[in-house]
Amino acid sequence: MSAPTVSSENVAPNPAATPSRPGGGGPRRNRRRQWLGKNPFGLVLSAPYLIFVLLVFAYPLVFAFYMSFHDYFFAAPGAVVDRPFVGLANFQEVLSDPAIIRSFGNVGIFLLINVPLTVVLSLVLATALNKALRFRTFLRVAFYVPYVTASVAVVGVWIFLFSGNGLVNQILGPLAPDPAWLINEQWAMPTIAIFVTWKGLGFFILLYLAALQNVSDELYEAAATDGAGKVRMFFSVTVPGVRPATVLVLLLATVTGANLFTEPYLLTGGGGPNGASSSPVLMMYQRGIEQGAPDIAAAIGVILVIGVLILAFIQRKLAGGDDS
Amino acid sequence: MSTNTAPAPGPDAALTDTGRIRVHKVDGMSRGQNILRYVVLFLGALLFLFPFYYMVIGSLQTKPDSTVAGAFPNPGNLTLENYADINGRINLLQGLVNSGIFAGGVILCTVVFGVLVGYALAQLQWRGRGVTFALALLVQVVPFQLLMIPLYVMIARDYGLADNYLGMILPFAINSTAVIIFRQYFLQIPKELFDAARIDGAGELRILRRIALPLVRPALLTVVLLTFIGPWNEFLWPFLITKEASLQPLAVSLANYLSNVAATAANPFGAILAGACVLAAPAVVLFILFQRHFVSSNIGSGVKG
Repeated sequence: MSAPTVSSENVAPNPAATPSRPGGGGPRRNRRRQWLGKNPFGLVLSAPYLIFVLLVFAYPLVFAFYMSFHDYFFAAPGAVVDRPFVGLANFQEVLSDPAIIRSFGNVGIFLLINVPLTVVLSLVLATALNKALRFRTFLRVAFYVPYVTASVAVVGVWIFLFSGNGLVNQILGPLAPDPAWLINEQWAMPTIAIFVTWKGLGFFILLYLAALQNVSDELYEAAATDGAGKVRMFFSVTVPGVRPATVLVLLLATVTGANLFTEPYLLTGGGGPNGASSSPVLMMYQRGIEQGAPDIAAAIGVILVIGVLILAFIQRKLAGGDDS
Repeated sequence: MSTNTAPAPGPDAALTDTGRIRVHKVDGMSRGQNILRYVVLFLGALLFLFPFYYMVIGSLQTKPDSTVAGAFPNPGNLTLENYADINGRINLLQGLVNSGIFAGGVILCTVVFGVLVGYALAQLQWRGRGVTFALALLVQVVPFQLLMIPLYVMIARDYGLADNYLGMILPFAINSTAVIIFRQYFLQIPKELFDAARIDGAGELRILRRIALPLVRPALLTVVLLTFIGPWNEFLWPFLITKEASLQPLAVSLANYLSNVAATAANPFGAILAGACVLAAPAVVLFILFQRHFVSSNIGSGVKG
């Protein structure tokens, strides 16, 4: 980005007049300017943030990869221990552990249910809400409330609702699944997927509402003149019109799904029954912190992130959101 | 935000018949479709709100009643006992204070970094500006689970910040959403305003304090509210880093109660739901009070960058 030349000339002639910088001599200041840019103060303002980014982002990021390739274990702080490079051994161990493989499969099931459901429901509700004139504020609040509430809080209600003789089973009567939802191997993961969809939908409705403002009314008018019905308009005007938002929703829903931890930890008591609802992050916690193998946990993390990147790439190709 | 209700017949009535039909079609206001729209919307709202209603009802029941009749308040089965019960097991006030300190610290760091870096990125020319912006975006993109284990090793083991507010706050201090929102905000302000102040001899600090900060005030509330939800509801990180009950945020102590000791309470569901109400209330109340600040465009720009 180039600086507007007019303003730079305006400031240049009287730098000494700046009271807060009495020592700024002519040539020295110019040289410094060449090095640091026109307003080095920007660097001063950003320095604390950059130090934090190095400390709690860049360093741990490198550390994660380092760990996954070494025989890393917890040691007393300050103790000098040998942590040899082990190549891909950690990854081999991860990929040959059926419990971990199952947790990745579980997230696959989760994404297959959660992502399409999220996209369809949030787009339909956002479209309905967009043109609704009455009760708008009430409806908006109703949709977003689960999103702003802690998972831990709503998990309590869901356990109550979906327990063996909970309200959901009472209503379903004979149709209720026999081991109840959360302790049923078949139903545990789908129930979690529905919970997460329900909880996050408000945020995605918000994204789609913003995107719908950018779909021009003229397209709808043109479609109406051509005699298109409401359903037709939805599919041939609205859906293509919000495609960039759909790409974003797909990506965010996938990342959220890959991050799944709180729900299996609390809803199904740590990924039960029989690991049917465990997730990779839950395995990272169990392997890394409970069982003291941070190198294995780091390897799971690396594999998970690579998986998310691949999924994101495929989604981008399929949804074709080059303009997002 | 007061939503303007439709001026029902109003100006449309003056139009010719054909004109009116066209307007109807475009706005999708045919009666059947409109009814369908509200049926869908209210069905959705019911599904979203019912668990919250059930949470409150359940927290007030003496005995858990999971029958359909139990979904309606029954004067004979109402009590505040559950709130006292959960408060006896986990110190609710202490948990709320811990959550508040955690959220407050994160908000403070986020806002300070957000304003300073957002201003520097939008209005100042300096070496490293492009790299800084790229880093801010990268922070948004790299998922937390990859950093979780190294951060735990660093913060809990190397720095000895386990069971410490600072240890809780640190990983969330660099929330880039605020940087991106404030940058967007400062970009809309004409550069000439700041250049004029420089010509008048104002120092950079003075410009920041007297011009930039007052201008950014409207965006501040949105950022504070958006940032609040994250740490207030966060479970995984404070759960990893705090083992001492007196330092745990409410979400963590409630979750521990839920997964360990719930079986020992007289009415475990009632107690859990009472705790859940206490945890949910601040976020829900703040959100309802300030709901018009959760504007789609703000959040959209924060996410999209």
